[in-house]
Amino acid sequence: MQAPNLIASIDDLERWKQEGLESLSPKKCKVTVGMATCGLASGAKAVFDALTEELSRSSEEVIVAQTGCLGFCQMEPIVEVFRPGEPRVLYKQVTADKVAELVAAITSGKPKKEQILCTMNGRTGESKAGAKGIPRMEDIPFYKKQEKIALSRCGRIDPESLAEYIATGGYYTLCKVLTAMSPDDVISEVDRSGLRGRGGAGFPTGRKWQLTRKAPGDLKFIVCNADEGDPGAYMDRSLLEGDPFAVLEGMTIGAYAIGAQKGFIYVRDEYPLAVENLDTAIAEARGHGLLGENILGTGFSFDVRMIRGGGAFVCGEETALIASIEGRPGEPRQRPPYPAEKGLWGKPTNINNVETWANIPWIISDGAEAYRRVGTETSKGTKVFSIVGKINNTGLIEVPMGLTLREIVYDIGGGIPGGKKFKAVQTGGPSGGCIPESLLDLPVDYESLTQAGAIMGSGGMIVMDEDTCMVDVARYFLDFLKEESCGKCAPCREGIDRALEILERICQGKGEENDIETLEAIARMMKGFALCALGTTAPNPLLSTIRYFRDEYEAHIHEGRCPAGVCRNLIVFRINPEKCIGCMLCAKACPQGVITGERKQVHVIDEARCIKCGTCFELCKQGAIEKE
Amino acid sequence: MVRLEIDGQKVQANLGMTVLEAAQSVGIRIPTLCHQKGIEPYGACRLCTVETTDGGRTTLQASCCYPVKEGLVVKTDTPAVLEGRKLLFQILLARCPEVPAIRRLAMDWGVHDTPFTSKHEDCVLCGLCVRACAKLMGAEAIAFSGRGVSRKVGTPFNFPSETCVACGACTYVCPTGRMQMEAETTARLRKRVGADRRCRYMLMGMVSNKLCPNNYECRKCTFDQTIELRFGTHPAFAIAAARQEAAADPY
Repeated sequence: MQAPNLIASIDDLERWKQEGLESLSPKKCKVTVGMATCGLASGAKAVFDALTEELSRSSEEVIVAQTGCLGFCQMEPIVEVFRPGEPRVLYKQVTADKVAELVAAITSGKPKKEQILCTMNGRTGESKAGAKGIPRMEDIPFYKKQEKIALSRCGRIDPESLAEYIATGGYYTLCKVLTAMSPDDVISEVDRSGLRGRGGAGFPTGRKWQLTRKAPGDLKFIVCNADEGDPGAYMDRSLLEGDPFAVLEGMTIGAYAIGAQKGFIYVRDEYPLAVENLDTAIAEARGHGLLGENILGTGFSFDVRMIRGGGAFVCGEETALIASIEGRPGEPRQRPPYPAEKGLWGKPTNINNVETWANIPWIISDGAEAYRRVGTETSKGTKVFSIVGKINNTGLIEVPMGLTLREIVYDIGGGIPGGKKFKAVQTGGPSGGCIPESLLDLPVDYESLTQAGAIMGSGGMIVMDEDTCMVDVARYFLDFLKEESCGKCAPCREGIDRALEILERICQGKGEENDIETLEAIARMMKGFALCALGTTAPNPLLSTIRYFRDEYEAHIHEGRCPAGVCRNLIVFRINPEKCIGCMLCAKACPQGVITGERKQVHVIDEARCIKCGTCFELCKQGAIEKE
Repeated sequence: MVRLEIDGQKVQANLGMTVLEAAQSVGIRIPTLCHQKGIEPYGACRLCTVETTDGGRTTLQASCCYPVKEGLVVKTDTPAVLEGRKLLFQILLARCPEVPAIRRLAMDWGVHDTPFTSKHEDCVLCGLCVRACAKLMGAEAIAFSGRGVSRKVGTPFNFPSETCVACGACTYVCPTGRMQMEAETTARLRKRVGADRRCRYMLMGMVSNKLCPNNYECRKCTFDQTIELRFGTHPAFAIAAARQEAAADPY
C-alpha cells in the first residue's frame, strides 16, 4: 500500500507540475522577493514583511512569495513582479522604505523606470517579449554573456517548493534514469559530457563515478562536498539556498549510476539558510517518495543525510571530510588508497562538489552533446563564479568555460569602481593565484588558469585594484592558512609559518637580500612534500605574486617602499602646505591627536607619533594629505 | 611479489609493503622521523619523501605510506628530493633546536644548522605517542588538539587522563623525550591505596592479578623488568600482536 502523497509515476509528476505552474504563473498578481543570504543581508526580510502588510491593505489580491538569488547581489534586494499576461519585471535595490512607493506603482500599473532592473522570462515558457522601454534580462551587460545551467532555477523558483521544482522540469530526469537507463548508460552520458569536478581539481566526473562503481564491495557511499571555505566564494551556498532539489536529484542519479545506497551532504554550519532549505528539501523529497525506499516506485532505494561541518577549511579536502563525517578530527590522510577504493568507513566513496551534482540533472535531460557544445576543448560546460572585491557589479555569475577574464571583469563585472586601475584578479581562494592585467585575455578554463599559476578552484574571484599591495595579499592568504592548516604534516604547518614570518618582515620594511629566494625554496618544498592539496597549493598565492609582481617585492625589500601604499611601516602621511586650507577636519578626527595647526592655518602631522590609520587621508576634502 | 626499481637497483617486494620497507630491505637509507616499525604509518614528517615514476607520471611521495607497485621507479636522491629534504630538516631543526635526537638525525643527513629563527619547542608533532596510545594500547589517553601552528599533544582538555595506565608506550616511542605522561600518571597511581594499587601490567590487561609492591618504581621492579626483557621491546608492541593473534584465532 502506498501513501497517497507519494510520487510514483509520470502521471503523479504531471499532477505536481500543474500545481507548480499554477504557483509560478498564477492567475493573480504575484510579487516575489529574493531572499537568499545576499538578499537578506541587504534587508529582504524587512521588504518581505512590509510588502505583505502593504499589499494586505490593497483592494487587489496579490501573492507575496520568496525565491533564491538571481546572482546580481549588488542590486539586492530584488523584487520580481508578475502579472498574468505581462512580462515579469525585476525591481532593484528595493529597501523597506521604498515598498509603499513600489506597491503604488504595482497597483496603479505605472512603475518608475529608474527603479527597474530589467524584465525576465519565467521558466514556464511564457512570452519572451519585453516591455516597452525596459531592457530584457539578456540585454543588460551583467546577464548578457552568462549562460545558466547549474543556476538555471536559482532566483526563479521557491527553493522550498517541490511543486515549482517539478514544474521547471525537475525529477523528470530521475524518472527517465530509473526507468529507461542502465547505470552504465548514465555514467557514459556523464563521461561524454566532459563534466569535470567543480570543486577545484577538475577530475573528470564520469571517470570518478566509474572508479567507484567498479570498486569491489556491496556497500558504497556518495558525498556532496558543500564545505565551501574560500574567502569571497559563495557558489555552493547560493545553489543550496536557491535550488536544493537539483543537488538532491543529481545525487540520486549519481547513486543509481554508482550503486550507492547512502549519500551525505557535508555542509558548513555557517550557512544557516542553506542548511534550513536543504533540510526542508530532504524532508519534502523523502515525504514524497523521491528519497528513501523504493524511489518513484521503481524499487531503487537511496537516502541522504546532512552533516553540518564545524567550519574547518581543511575539511573541504576529501580525506579530511571523510574523517570528519566519521566523527574523527578533520585531518587528511595519505592517498592512495583513494576514496573510490577506501572512503567512508573503508567503503568505496564518491565525492563531488555541490555544483558538480547540480549539473547532473541538466546533462542527463538535455544530453551530453548539448553540454559539450558549451565551453572549450578540455573544459566543457559552464562554471559558476562569485565576483567580489573591487568591482562594480558584485555577484554570482555562470559563464561558459573559455570566456576571458577581461569579459568577466569588464563586461559582466562592469569594471573597477572609482575610476581606479585594475591590478589583479585572484582565483581559487587560498589555493589559487593572482593573475595580472597582462593576462586578462586568458580564457577561463582548467588548463589556462593552472598554467598561469592560479587554479580554477571552486570559483571565487577576487578583483583587486591599484590600491592593493601584492605582498600584503600573499601575507593575507598565508595568515588565513596558518590557522586553517590542520597541522598534521610538517611542510604545511611549519612551511606556512616560516613563509609568513618572512612576508611579515618584508611588510614591515625589514626584508633581507635573499628573502625572495628563500620564499621560493619554501614554496617548492611545500608543493612537493606536503601531504594534502591544502599544503601543496598553499604556496600558490605566494608564487604567483612573486611571478607577476616581483618588482613590488623588490621595492619593499630594497627600497623600503610599498608602491600601493598599504604596508603601514613603509608609508608616511604628510600635509601638502599648498593645498591645506586649515579646515581642522583632520585634526579633530585624528585618533592620536598628532595633527596640529590653527584654524585657517596650514596643519602639520607629527610623523613620529602617527599610527598611519589613514583617517585624515580619507577625510580631507582638499586632497591635501599625501601618502608616500 | 612485485618488482620495482629503487635508485637503479632492482628490488623484489611483497604486495602490501611500502616503498620505505622495500628500500630498507635492500639497505637503501631514507630518513624518517614519524615512522616506527610496528606502528601504522602516518606520513606527517614527510622526511621520507622520494620521487616515484608510475606509468610515466613522476611525483613526490612519502615513502612510508606509498605502496609498492609493479614497475614502479623510485629515486631517493634527485635534486628536488634533496633540496626539499634539506629545507625540511632546517625547518624542523628551527622548531626543536635543543632536541638531541633531531640534531643527530639532521646531522646524519648533512644538515648542521638552520637559517630560521628558533622556536624552542620540545615536541616535533610526529604523532608517534598518539598512535602508540590509540593503536597499540587502545587507551586513547592522548590526542592532538588545536589546528595549524596551535597543534599540540595532550590529554582531553588537559585534565589528567582517566584511561592512561602508565604503560609508558608514549614515552618509549617519543623521539624527542618530551612525553611525560608515564611519570605524571605514575605519580597519581602512587596515591592509591590497598587493592587499588594495581600493577601497570594488570592495568594493561597482560596479567590477571598483580598489585604493586614497589611504589610504582617499575625500573626497580624485578617482575616488570622480567616482562620487558621477555619481549625485548616495550610490552605495548607485544600486546597489539597478542591481541591480533587472539582475534584471529580465539581458540
